[in-house]
Amino acid sequence: MLREFLDKLEPHFTSGGKLEKWYPLYEAVDTIFYTPGKITRQASFVRDGVDLKRIMITVWMATFPAMFYGMYNVGFHANLIMADMGLTTAAGWHGWLNNLIGGYDPQNFWHCFWHGAVYFLPIYIVTFVAGGFWEVWFAVKRGHEVNEGFFVTSVLFALCCPPNLPLWQVAIGISFGVVIGKEVFGGTGKNFLNPALTGRAFLYFTYPAQISGDAVWTAVDGYTGATALSIAASDGMAALESQISWMQAFFGNMHGSIGETSTVAILIGGLILVLTRIASWRIIAGVMIGMIVLSSLLNLVDSNNPMFAMPWYWHLVVGGFAFGLIFMATEPVSAAMTDTGRWIYGIVIGVLAVLIRVVNPAFPEGMMLAILLANCFAPVIDHYVIEANIKRRIARV
Amino acid sequence: MEQLLNLFIRAVFIENMALSFFLGMCTFLAVSKKIQTAVGLGIAVIVVLAITVPLNNIIFNYLLVGGGLSWAGLPGVDLSFLGFISYIGVIAASVQILEMFLDKYVPALYNALGVFLPLITVNCAILGASLFMVERDYNFSESIVFGVGAGFGWALAIVALAGIREKMKYSDVPEGLRGLGIAFIVVGLMSLGFMSFGGISL
Repeated sequence: MLREFLDKLEPHFTSGGKLEKWYPLYEAVDTIFYTPGKITRQASFVRDGVDLKRIMITVWMATFPAMFYGMYNVGFHANLIMADMGLTTAAGWHGWLNNLIGGYDPQNFWHCFWHGAVYFLPIYIVTFVAGGFWEVWFAVKRGHEVNEGFFVTSVLFALCCPPNLPLWQVAIGISFGVVIGKEVFGGTGKNFLNPALTGRAFLYFTYPAQISGDAVWTAVDGYTGATALSIAASDGMAALESQISWMQAFFGNMHGSIGETSTVAILIGGLILVLTRIASWRIIAGVMIGMIVLSSLLNLVDSNNPMFAMPWYWHLVVGGFAFGLIFMATEPVSAAMTDTGRWIYGIVIGVLAVLIRVVNPAFPEGMMLAILLANCFAPVIDHYVIEANIKRRIARV
Repeated sequence: MEQLLNLFIRAVFIENMALSFFLGMCTFLAVSKKIQTAVGLGIAVIVVLAITVPLNNIIFNYLLVGGGLSWAGLPGVDLSFLGFISYIGVIAASVQILEMFLDKYVPALYNALGVFLPLITVNCAILGASLFMVERDYNFSESIVFGVGAGFGWALAIVALAGIREKMKYSDVPEGLRGLGIAFIVVGLMSLGFMSFGGISL
């Protein structure tokens, strides 16, 4: 029935129809429901059910564990703090919404889940609408397809926002990410930086008050709760371990951006991505090697900067390291393309992330900038790997 | 020794000539279409900086600065108002020598760099490095390290930019932005990445 409906609509959108301009939109809806009828007719094609759309949808679904856990975690901590402060209802429209469907009992799973959803879903919806607007606008104007890549960009962007980020900033951030990070280069697959990270970095430098510091990581207004990284940076590892146990951090029971807290949920998504070969295991391994080697070396240094003492298994579970490792660093478009290049690219990210965390007092978290910087160098890395291959082959002839 | 290493890292990453100070933009944008040429130009800039900054340091400290001429028996003379013209003279001369050298021994690179090699003379990154050296009171060994570091950082940035622009052959940039327009956007986004190092104090 849906097929018939879409077929009936199609003539309006094909050339000559009155809605010709909006064909990309029609095409997008059609291919969400049905496999495209087009097949490659000339040489060089891969016989595989996994096309770009399926890849993107798989990545999108792989973020679900982190997303659902993130919602629960935001609500749980908000409820805990509110019980502590003696508040009975959250402020503003968030509170109004939550009063409709849920409550504020930290022991009640659904109360926590709904409370978190009241914060996460508006962010996600704004991301989707604002970013989707640009995506469709460019597709219509420039005649390319609306691409599922945006599902991924939007969910990744929404998940790395702090829960209390003002919604207009969300809209500005994703607009910058989509337009400047991707569409000016011609759309999906043609950009050189990860669009979600570009948007977040833009927000980070433009409105630092709302996206960094200690006051933004919980959904309750006026409550200051430091992230694990800033505790470690200011008070040292002992203080961190007395507040949060490693297992707690591993399962994600702490403050942070919505989707980045639970290493376990992220690793479940990562497992899906690696098993379906969407994410390159070489990059993941490279990042881990870089991070473990450098942080172990820094552990040996005797310094009055407490971050030097953070062991590698803590680096993995705090902040956005795991999230960046699985979802951001492995993004196939902006990462290195060659196998050797992926190792190097991964190691560069791991090393830089630790370096920025430990040495740079300006930023508590380094994963975002480390990936962006490595994105800048990925094409050069590829170039030299290919040159080396050519040289080796010439020598063999 | 440790101080010199810190200075080097600072010159390469934290105070990157191209991406933190946006110096030397004209050559940076014009010669970054191919990695090979970019590497050549990068090396040329490193060499020129490594020669001119220490040279200017000597000239500044022993000829121009107030009291610098005391070795010649003229302790009251202050010639620092001649700074700009002497630095640019030194730069022009060393670029000229480098050009003759490349023309004779590495003609391929000489042809690839074309007009941009003499243009290094007026590259603001080169003069900028000499002026930074004066402003920050570097001594002779510091100015060698600073010259090499600043050149290396600039070379790193232009090679990365060339890599990105080579990859962008496959991009579909909107008509009005093709060429320099998109290059400006790329440089802006790259400096977002280089913000990683901003704030490190060594």
